[in-house]
Amino acid sequence: MKATVLTASTLALIAGAALAEPKAEVLHWWTSGGEAKSVAVLQQEFADKGGVWTDMPVAGGGGDAAMTALRARVLSGNAPTAVQLKGPAIQEWYEEGVLADISDVAEAQGWADVLPASIAGHMKCEGTWCAAPVNVHRVDWIWANAEVLAANDIEMPTTWEEFNAAAEKLQAAGIIPLAHGGQAWQDATVFEAVALGILGADGFKKAFVDLDEATLTSPEMVQVFDQMRTLRGYVDPNFPGRDWNLATAMVMNGEAAFQIMGDWAKGEFLAAGKTPGEDFLCASVPGDGFLYNVDSFAMFDVSGDDAKAGQELLAELIVGPSFQKVFNLNKGSIPVRTDVSLEEFDMCAKLSSEDMTASADNGSLLPSYAHGMALRGAQSGAITDVVTQHFNSDMSSEDAVQALAAAVANSL
Amino acid sequence: MSKWLEEHLPKVVLAPSFIAILIFVYGFIAWTGWVSLTRSRLLPKYEIEGFIQYDKLFASPRWDVAMNNLFLFGFLFIGISMLLGLVLAILLDQNIRTEGAIRTIYLYPMALSMIVTGTAWKWILNPGLGIEATVRGWGFESFTFDWLVNPDYAIYTIVLAAIWQSSGFVMALFLAGLRSVDTEIIRAAQVDGIPTWRIYTAIIIPSMAPIFLSAFIVLAHLAIKAFDLVIALTGGGPGFATDLPATYMYAMAFSRGDIGQAAASAMIMMAVVFTIVVPYLYSELRAKND
Amino acid sequence: MTDVTHSAARTQSRTGQIVLRWLLYVILCLFAVYYLMPLFVMVTTSLKSLEEIRTGSLVALPREITFDAWKTAWSGACTGIQCDGVRPFFWNSVLIAVPGVLISTLLGALNGYVVAQWRFRGANIIFALMLFGCFIPFQVVLLPMARVLGLMGIAGTIPGLIFVHVVYGLGFTTLFFRNYYVTIPAELTKAAKVDGAGFLRIFWSIFLPLSLPIIVVTVIWQFTQIWNDFLFGVSFSQAGTQPITVALNNIVNSTTGVKEYNVDMAAAIIAALPTLLVYVVAGKYFIRGLTAGSVKG
Repeated sequence: MKATVLTASTLALIAGAALAEPKAEVLHWWTSGGEAKSVAVLQQEFADKGGVWTDMPVAGGGGDAAMTALRARVLSGNAPTAVQLKGPAIQEWYEEGVLADISDVAEAQGWADVLPASIAGHMKCEGTWCAAPVNVHRVDWIWANAEVLAANDIEMPTTWEEFNAAAEKLQAAGIIPLAHGGQAWQDATVFEAVALGILGADGFKKAFVDLDEATLTSPEMVQVFDQMRTLRGYVDPNFPGRDWNLATAMVMNGEAAFQIMGDWAKGEFLAAGKTPGEDFLCASVPGDGFLYNVDSFAMFDVSGDDAKAGQELLAELIVGPSFQKVFNLNKGSIPVRTDVSLEEFDMCAKLSSEDMTASADNGSLLPSYAHGMALRGAQSGAITDVVTQHFNSDMSSEDAVQALAAAVANSL
Repeated sequence: MSKWLEEHLPKVVLAPSFIAILIFVYGFIAWTGWVSLTRSRLLPKYEIEGFIQYDKLFASPRWDVAMNNLFLFGFLFIGISMLLGLVLAILLDQNIRTEGAIRTIYLYPMALSMIVTGTAWKWILNPGLGIEATVRGWGFESFTFDWLVNPDYAIYTIVLAAIWQSSGFVMALFLAGLRSVDTEIIRAAQVDGIPTWRIYTAIIIPSMAPIFLSAFIVLAHLAIKAFDLVIALTGGGPGFATDLPATYMYAMAFSRGDIGQAAASAMIMMAVVFTIVVPYLYSELRAKND
Repeated sequence: MTDVTHSAARTQSRTGQIVLRWLLYVILCLFAVYYLMPLFVMVTTSLKSLEEIRTGSLVALPREITFDAWKTAWSGACTGIQCDGVRPFFWNSVLIAVPGVLISTLLGALNGYVVAQWRFRGANIIFALMLFGCFIPFQVVLLPMARVLGLMGIAGTIPGLIFVHVVYGLGFTTLFFRNYYVTIPAELTKAAKVDGAGFLRIFWSIFLPLSLPIIVVTVIWQFTQIWNDFLFGVSFSQAGTQPITVALNNIVNSTTGVKEYNVDMAAAIIAALPTLLVYVVAGKYFIRGLTAGSVKG
């Protein structure tokens, strides 16, 4: 009798696990039109497979507010099922012992074969898979107004010298050479694009991944700050605090010629009905390499079979080819999988994808420090403090380099 | 039993609130003090490491800027809000026909959060979009109002918006104070032919001393907690020229995953609050007991 | 002769009076412009089409008035994958603010009554400790509070948010009522005690009926604080319990999307309407309540 009860309850348990309705509460900061539409695609696929999606969006500060909510949720023992996390933050959370292992899904789906190795590295925690990548944003883009360049007889620059020459010409013609928004993260975005060009891929890696002091204080780094000072002269006086999309609008309406910004800027151009190659131009910033900003979802350790089923289904769908394609078409980024057809993508996305493959081969596929891919928050924040302080004052490049080394040391 | 209850009922009624405050204010301050002595990163840890976080804090140029800004901002914000509030209250106390409407206009900013008004302020203060552009559009080509984008002056735009938000409330406090001054004394003074400005400086304003204190406490509390304002208006920029201790702490704790550092900055903030508020409480409560 | 100079002086002083009066009104109006400016920008922007915002001056009057942005903000704007506008969040905020205001006001009244009228040894110290609680920066308490809410089993719920708001509202509500009740002569309580009335009875039938002005002040203050709160709302909510400020933030502060400023502004005004309404309707009583005693100290 006892035995039967036991078996019956075990059976019920097993059945429960198998039949558990996949459930997921998803914390993310994609709340605006295009982004929200992209997430909705995922939710739709999730629902088609019988999943129940609870949306927990928290926008603001590029995820700062969401991270605040996440900490509170984790401390209260009420972690969301899946959370938009990226870069070393994934490993940091793993070290706190709160992430779930999704290796089963990753291995069943063969993620290792379809993801570039350096990007797959971000998704792993001590050998196990702990996050699912969504997309690859390229950060080191330079956008330009085609008409303005043609009218002033300017080619897309391929070196910083060419850029400076073009800028002088534009300035003389009464056009703002560089549209920029003076927010710390935008300053950092421009800074790392300049650094990649001047330091080269190896130097960039030494400086912003390994935090090598010799590189941080090298003469090349002084040059980087010099170029930042030069760029400061090409920006209109009203730039502080400006949102990046307003800077994009300045390029769009011909008020300014260039903008250095990640490929989310493309979405802004497209939304205004502009065509790449005709109305606006896209090119990588001077220098070789590819700075990536990969969005991903980490699964938190939660109890309940329905939640676990939800995590597995979600992970499978996120990396699945169909979502990769639809999502990235909406978002302006490119698929993280190398086996997705790019036929429907625009020329900028195709360029981005080619460059990604090429730089993955020659070792210049690098994580963006400005977008939290290369360093932990404390270190990248310390660097950004110096960058933005230099850009917004008359600090000398030599002082900036010293301050940079000191800030990095202080943050360790 | 019921007699005991009746006798102790006041304490029993007060107890839950008091215990809640003990735990949720003082307990949490103690917790923060503890964490400030650790190397906590993403989540709090409890192994004590000494005063490293304070060393780092005092070595950080950004913290220096934040503290200097707090004193500058606090001094100007509290001072100007008080003065403006008092002047507006006196002006509004001159039998103004549309007093109700004007009062509401002055008071309403207190009802709005800066999440709501931040964008509007940003536009108004932006030289390319707001006041400067508008005035230039009227033909005054050389008019300049570029505080928002000037690292040396950006903190004053924070002061400007903060005063906008709170001075109406201070005006309400003072208006209430003016209305409760004994009218007999004023009338007597008027009969004696004492000029109006003397009546204000010698009789009315001194009698409102407690209101200055109440206004001060409300404004000091707003100054120390000022956070939304900075985030909405400048995001701490240009550079970190408009950082305040509250935004510094938030950045450390939540965007940088450096909770130990945030806790250390919080403790210094609490110390500042303590040195400002305790003398007030002391004088206030001692006066009551006399 | 003397008469003439006198009347001349009088006329002169009367013209002076009129000029002064005009000056007074001009000054008051200038300040009204200063206070109304942001609201003006918000309202006009919310009534413009996106096209007009892109092309025209941000601070100009709308050429063509459209209420589309308001409709979108209320029931169509995306705050994530849900595109139901701020409406569902509006009701969350009501569910949080109304009980939060009532409970903290009631507790503040009782506390103030005890501290002001039933002084026992240490009452002043207790009051001072509670008052100091007003000054704690809320960023400090987020993490330990999250832990406590988890232990209490109310993390992410509306009762949890109400609890947090009540706790951190106690300092101010107690301050308001205490400063009000302290002006009521202690003889009143003494006489009632002689008549055999107990603690609660005295509160209920003597003090509470006297308290309308200060209740108005406290309710306005607390309602504003709770309704406008973002930090607690974003930290201690989960899907389904997020207040309107969080939804507003999701609409306004998205980083990498196309900005619809007219919808942003309309959503912001909708989010602010309840507090605005409270200030406009109860503003008169607010001054009266303050006059009645809370600030006399």
